[in-house]
Amino acid sequence: MRVALFITCVNDTLFPGTGKATVTLLRRLGVDVAFPRAQTCCGQMHVNTGYREEGVRLARHFADVFAGYDAVVVPSGSCGAMVREQYPRLAPAATGEVVPKVYELSEFLIDVLGVTDVGAYFPHRVTYHPTCHSLRGLHLGDRPLRLLRNVRGLELVPLPGAEECCGFGGTFAVKNPDISAAMCADKVGNVMSTGAEVLCAADNSCLMHIGGTLTRQKTGVKIMHLAEILAATEVAEP
Amino acid sequence: MSRTFLGMPARALEQSFPSNAAKAVRDSQLRFNLRKATHTIRDKRASVVGELPDWEELRQAGKAIKDHTLRNLDRYLIQLEEAVTAAGGRVHWARDADEANRIVAGLVKATGETEVVKVKSMATQEIGLNDALAAEGVTAYETDLAELIVQLGDDWPSHILVPAIHRSRAEIREIFLERMGEWGRAAPEDLTDDPRALAEAARLHLRERFLSTKVAISGANFMIAESGTLVVLESEGNGRMCLTLPRTLISVVGIEKVLPTWRDLEVFLQLLPRSSTGERMNPYTSTWTGATEGQDFHLVLLDNGRTDVLADEVGRQALRCIRCSACLNVCPVYERAGGHAYGSVYPGPIGAILTPQLRGLGSELDRSLPYASSLCGACYEVCPVAIDIPQVLVDLRAKARHPRAERLGMAAAGWIFNRPGRLARAQRAGGRLRRFVPKRLPGPMSAWTDTRDIPDIPRESFRDWWDRTGGGSR
Repeated sequence: MRVALFITCVNDTLFPGTGKATVTLLRRLGVDVAFPRAQTCCGQMHVNTGYREEGVRLARHFADVFAGYDAVVVPSGSCGAMVREQYPRLAPAATGEVVPKVYELSEFLIDVLGVTDVGAYFPHRVTYHPTCHSLRGLHLGDRPLRLLRNVRGLELVPLPGAEECCGFGGTFAVKNPDISAAMCADKVGNVMSTGAEVLCAADNSCLMHIGGTLTRQKTGVKIMHLAEILAATEVAEP
Repeated sequence: MSRTFLGMPARALEQSFPSNAAKAVRDSQLRFNLRKATHTIRDKRASVVGELPDWEELRQAGKAIKDHTLRNLDRYLIQLEEAVTAAGGRVHWARDADEANRIVAGLVKATGETEVVKVKSMATQEIGLNDALAAEGVTAYETDLAELIVQLGDDWPSHILVPAIHRSRAEIREIFLERMGEWGRAAPEDLTDDPRALAEAARLHLRERFLSTKVAISGANFMIAESGTLVVLESEGNGRMCLTLPRTLISVVGIEKVLPTWRDLEVFLQLLPRSSTGERMNPYTSTWTGATEGQDFHLVLLDNGRTDVLADEVGRQALRCIRCSACLNVCPVYERAGGHAYGSVYPGPIGAILTPQLRGLGSELDRSLPYASSLCGACYEVCPVAIDIPQVLVDLRAKARHPRAERLGMAAAGWIFNRPGRLARAQRAGGRLRRFVPKRLPGPMSAWTDTRDIPDIPRESFRDWWDRTGGGSR
């Protein structure tokens, strides 16, 4: 099986650690993952802000880059949902072949590899935010939680109001900053109520938003992408 | 620009949604009222929907019936007109708010009456009927408890189902004490903010009105084409009073409310109560066919922009809406911004797609409405007729005119993303400048850094790491 990594532009530029963790994890599970150099961005920011033409161009580019792979792994629920939900409407002919081969990381681990215990060790108190596009776009269900429950040493604490949006929403965060910040304040309050050391999600863009508020408020709670926890194998600073 | 009027004062249109919302979000009383009310209804809905094993099938049936009806709307409307006429009613066609208001005012004046009682109706709110009647010397009295609160408080509705959702019990008590006497029977001086006491005061105030008023105005939740029957669902019994007691009944109904047959109604009588009030069955469901027992009955069929919406392949799904408000009650943006921020009688997620379609994208407010959403998808998930609100929002965003600075920024981002080499060079530049990025950004990006830190820019992008290390294998 030829497996490619779609890192996403946000991870590539701002969160390379998530990409490295994804590669480490997949190699440990025996998957030889390729990184097609020509990849850039899925086009979500353009499409969701109202710039459809740019988005269609990027969707076509995505289809070209990943043609010929059997599976494309995306460590982002939001970018995964963009491909699976919006590409069929934006560029059905060009992307029809690639779309069904695109998997969010937890889908790839559970549905394709059939693994729920990835052999990780992470002795910390963790709470998980399911993120809107993972939950209601890709319908990941409890896949990420099943993976986290099998991590040795990890104490998983439920997040109150987990299914509510954190208020990121791409350019929504700057177009409606007051509402976005109010939503995030409530999310942060819920995170703090769990007493968790680490807030985990399958999407770094939501984590960037919540994490930016967590550090601004000097809470000491750290953010970690699901891939980073699943890649961890020894006692280390989260 | 479309001139469709949607029942809000002109001043509400001068401000964009973000600035309206920014004011509302700082009103802690409003935040408290909205949070408490929306979460209560949201939880009730979730529990009664969750107990139906075939909810998804019902939802798909509702969607299919509405889509079929909308595709054949011309045929069903004519069938409806024939059936209503055969049953002794009169049908009037109104292109827009002005025409509908003119027709209704003419009908009321022809009776010689100067007062009308009203059943809660979104269509008459949409066309601003009460103000239009007042200009003609006719006083319209709202009889739904929440609409009464809004009317007495000289206020605007902020929710489709619960128009006074922004008011607390204490505020309602104040309004009743201060204003009820000006409109009719006054509230008792020892009125408390106990819900039963407030309801009793409203009941006594309204009872006099029902018994003395000769003309009633309603909307309708559904119209059955095969029989010409109109259907109103309500919870207080005020609707039944208005529909049966007065001599003349005038119903103003949007053209998309028609259903082909009584069998179709069965689906919606299950979908609507569970989605709106979180009840298994609706308390008062009134149906009437034409003119009954010597009443005069007039049906005003309202277009007011709906035909234009029907012409839009993506946006037309908004016409499936049965005004249940489930999307408002789950929306994190509505919960914090409140209904008035949307500048239309249709607030929340459905308002964000309906208002700009009916009214057009001409004003700054209407252009900002499709962006009044984080696209979290909670609205689509609860919609009983499966309106993909996020899809319509994104589609409307593509039609809206964008600010110049944003256009330039998006063009620059597009230029970078079009070539992986450009992306790599931009990332390296960012990596070199990482230490010089300030904690607080200037200009429009300060909207991010006012409340949030920006992430540390890494020294090396993922793609450069991959190239340098062979994906970690060197």
